[in-house]
Amino acid sequence: MVAQSVPFPAPVAAPAGPWRAAGRVLIGNRSAMTALMVLLLMAFSCVMAPFYAQDIAHTDPFTSNVAGSLTLNGHDVDIMQPNDNPLHLGLSPVGPTWHASAYLLGADSQGRDVAARLLYGGRNSLMISFSAALLCIAMAATVGVLAGFFGGIIDIILSRLMDIMWAVPVYLFAISLSIVTISQGLKIGPFTIESDNLLIPVVIIALVYVPYAARPIRGRVMALRNAEFVTAAKSLGVPRWRILLLDILPNVSTTLVVLAPLLTALALLAESALSFLSIGVQAPAASWGTIIQDGEGLIYTRPMVAIAPGLAIVIVVLALNILGDGLRDALDVRETSRKGT
Amino acid sequence: MRAEAPLLEVHDLSVSFRSRGRYIPIVEKVSFSVGSREILGIVGESGSGKSVTAMAIMGLIDAPDVKITGSARFRGQELVGLPQKAFRHLRGRDIAMIFQDPMTAFTPVYTIGWQIDEQIRAHEALSKTGARARTVQLLGDMGVPDPERTANRYPHQLSGGLRQRAMIAMALSCNPVMLIADEPTTALDVTVQAQILDLLRNLRHNYGSSVLLITHDMGVVAETCDNVMVLYSGRVAERGPGEAIFAQPAHPYTAALLDSIPPLTGPRPARLPSIAGSPPAPLERPSGCAFAPRCHYAHESCVMLPPLISYGSQDVACVLPVEGRPLPPRVVADVA
Amino acid sequence: MIAALFRRLGQTLFVLFGISVLVFLVFFATPGADPTSRIAGKNASPETMARVRHEYGFDRPLPVQYATMMKKLFITRDLASYVDRGELVVPEIVQAAPVTLSLATGGAVIWVVMSVVMGTTAAAFRGTLIDRGLMILGLIGISIPVFWLGQVANLITQARYHDTWLFSWVPGLGYIPFSESPLGWFRALIIPWIVLAVLFIGIYGRVLRADLIAVSGEDFMRTARAKGLSPARVLLVHGLRTSMITFVSLFGLDFAQLIGGGALLTEVVFGLQGVGRLTYQALSNLDLPLIMASVMYSAVFVVLANAVVDMVYVFLDPRVRDAR
Repeated sequence: MVAQSVPFPAPVAAPAGPWRAAGRVLIGNRSAMTALMVLLLMAFSCVMAPFYAQDIAHTDPFTSNVAGSLTLNGHDVDIMQPNDNPLHLGLSPVGPTWHASAYLLGADSQGRDVAARLLYGGRNSLMISFSAALLCIAMAATVGVLAGFFGGIIDIILSRLMDIMWAVPVYLFAISLSIVTISQGLKIGPFTIESDNLLIPVVIIALVYVPYAARPIRGRVMALRNAEFVTAAKSLGVPRWRILLLDILPNVSTTLVVLAPLLTALALLAESALSFLSIGVQAPAASWGTIIQDGEGLIYTRPMVAIAPGLAIVIVVLALNILGDGLRDALDVRETSRKGT
Repeated sequence: MRAEAPLLEVHDLSVSFRSRGRYIPIVEKVSFSVGSREILGIVGESGSGKSVTAMAIMGLIDAPDVKITGSARFRGQELVGLPQKAFRHLRGRDIAMIFQDPMTAFTPVYTIGWQIDEQIRAHEALSKTGARARTVQLLGDMGVPDPERTANRYPHQLSGGLRQRAMIAMALSCNPVMLIADEPTTALDVTVQAQILDLLRNLRHNYGSSVLLITHDMGVVAETCDNVMVLYSGRVAERGPGEAIFAQPAHPYTAALLDSIPPLTGPRPARLPSIAGSPPAPLERPSGCAFAPRCHYAHESCVMLPPLISYGSQDVACVLPVEGRPLPPRVVADVA
Repeated sequence: MIAALFRRLGQTLFVLFGISVLVFLVFFATPGADPTSRIAGKNASPETMARVRHEYGFDRPLPVQYATMMKKLFITRDLASYVDRGELVVPEIVQAAPVTLSLATGGAVIWVVMSVVMGTTAAAFRGTLIDRGLMILGLIGISIPVFWLGQVANLITQARYHDTWLFSWVPGLGYIPFSESPLGWFRALIIPWIVLAVLFIGIYGRVLRADLIAVSGEDFMRTARAKGLSPARVLLVHGLRTSMITFVSLFGLDFAQLIGGGALLTEVVFGLQGVGRLTYQALSNLDLPLIMASVMYSAVFVVLANAVVDMVYVFLDPRVRDAR
């Protein structure tokens, strides 16, 4: 019998690493790419806030300017004008001019340029939410990996702690922490964080979302712990820390990456809620939440003050969610728990 | 019904899935027929396209990126391209299907009886009590003890064997002329396997049904089937009457499959011969004989796709018989 | 059975205890958060500080303070506010509860109905424009800050279009008790209900769609199709019914959080004096007894909802029924 080998096509090369494959899928995902573009554009505009304020709008968005005026189509217009609404006595700020050179979106109740404040506020909002998401992921990864990998009593204690935190409505929890720290600042040993430090909302928001992020991480670690390759490594006598570092962490990292945009979105919403209740970013600094708060009193006369920052939040959060969905599909991470309220 | 008109006649059936802009054939030009009260075994490893063939005949593949071509005539009615609405009246009533894993094939939140009643009432105008009476009758026929109580139990409360009996009862509930059984015994214990196969074999006498039995296990085929079709990598490797194929397989793949059946009697060999390697993925299927990379007899002429030729009472897609070097008859003929 | 019940009860009490300790610690032991200076005022003299500290018992050890507060809250029920002296906190909560209950229940009805319709429709038209459109709508719903949406809703219904036939029926902000006027109650709450529901419609619609699609790959769905059932029956009777198990567990927790004060932003924007707003006011004044009372109230609801979800689970999933 003939047993000669005959030319047959060689097997196709093994696929590239999961990151590169995921990157390719993500780039092919049109909505995720659009979302990323929108995010980068928003971030860039906010970074350019001082440029806009000084060189285009020629305004200081942090000082009250109720006595000032602006030049519109060659006429001088007072920033605070007699009210056109018969029910509202007193003055109301100038509405949107739709001219980038002056009060594009109008002024707020203190005569400050809303457009410039929007950009400065965006800086704070984006910075706080992004840092809070990173901090939250770091804490949640620690909790999730410890609980999932070591199990036993550590798992029981940490999981119960998460249950307790989870039982309190997230916003109420964040509000409680904020009120305590905003009123007095935070003293940890020799360090004092002033109450107007942006670190306070960052830490608070990161903290309250830890249970939300720790759960899927713990689940993933537990699944990995029982995976064949980990069992194999264990039976080969590989030390635990090595398994943790080389086998578990790289595999959890996809979950962390998918969580990042989703958590940033949640953090942005939480930050705006806290600032809206004036217990987040403190005056005179701005964030999108504080501007909505400023606009609350003007909502019936100058709705643009509140509508503009709200739209900015919706756009950024939507883009973050779309990006998160794209990442989840690209990295094929199924279990990222849902949004909390 | 005239004897010469087969119940199901499949001709050049192909199923392709679209991937990255091109169609990849999973099943390629498969032809076979099933007569009235006949049991046809479709054999092959996982990925050979046997389940996909069955799903295509049942009209259960309706994903937009799947293309089904060829023809499958059931009682003269063309099934390929049949609208889903028309398929619905066929499914469950004329052609019924049972699945591999009775664990997961029942909806977990309804009782067994409820689910059988549902099928009966989907096809026949019967009252609830009328449907239940038939359900209990069927369960009893399938050898389910205490059928009235069992009908009120949930799937997870039954053993695998009982669940598969209930599954068969459900499939038979509307007196189908054809039953497609997709690996009906794979998930079951050996003893239960034999009972379920007995049940299937007796269907043609008790219910007059033909059976399309899909399996990877030549032993199951040997015990049950009249005719056999061996699929390899989406193509027909060999088909013909069971006895002839078991006596003298014409395709090396069939021969290898037969060699890997554990003998039913006598001492168990220390090692069963197995086929080295695995079937090619649809994307990497060679243009010639797909089995050649794993075949002991592979040689130059295997780079061409061998046509299905008639050899004795069988049809075989192999060059060996043409070249005058057929495989020898099997020595160990202790099966069946 | 009895043992499981007791274990469950034990766990519940443990969670409640944990929450009360957590809240207590946040307000008494957080570095820099001294309730004395809060009550006495920032520039109070040392004598005043000492008097306040003694009067409120802040000079006693923390565990004693904690125990006293718990006793007053649960046993004698005469816990009084620190801010409005003499105002008992338990009746205040009892007064706010129906407002929150009305708000959350109505919102829940809307969001359950809408999300089931949305999730099922999207799953049925999977991969089509309808599916994509619905999912983007859901994502937008998730992305809108609820307090801002409330403001915009107020702008439209209270000001801009209030004088047109479209929204002239909308009463001014605030709550109208059901016992006073059922129609007024409904009119006052319908806009807040919708605003509250938007976020959840988005979440639940998307979760349900994902679940239905995951379920559609299950063997039993293939069986249902092989039985010759109509696609609608397969999707609803077999798919949706099975997906409801996850849906209900999510719903229980979210609903409980809303009842327990999680709807405070909606309450604030629409001027509804509910539990959430009450809690927020208590927090703003650092009125510890009221905070403690409202947080415990909300925790009880969360725990209760957990128990109810477990019971519904047993009803929905026969496998769970046998597991206990």
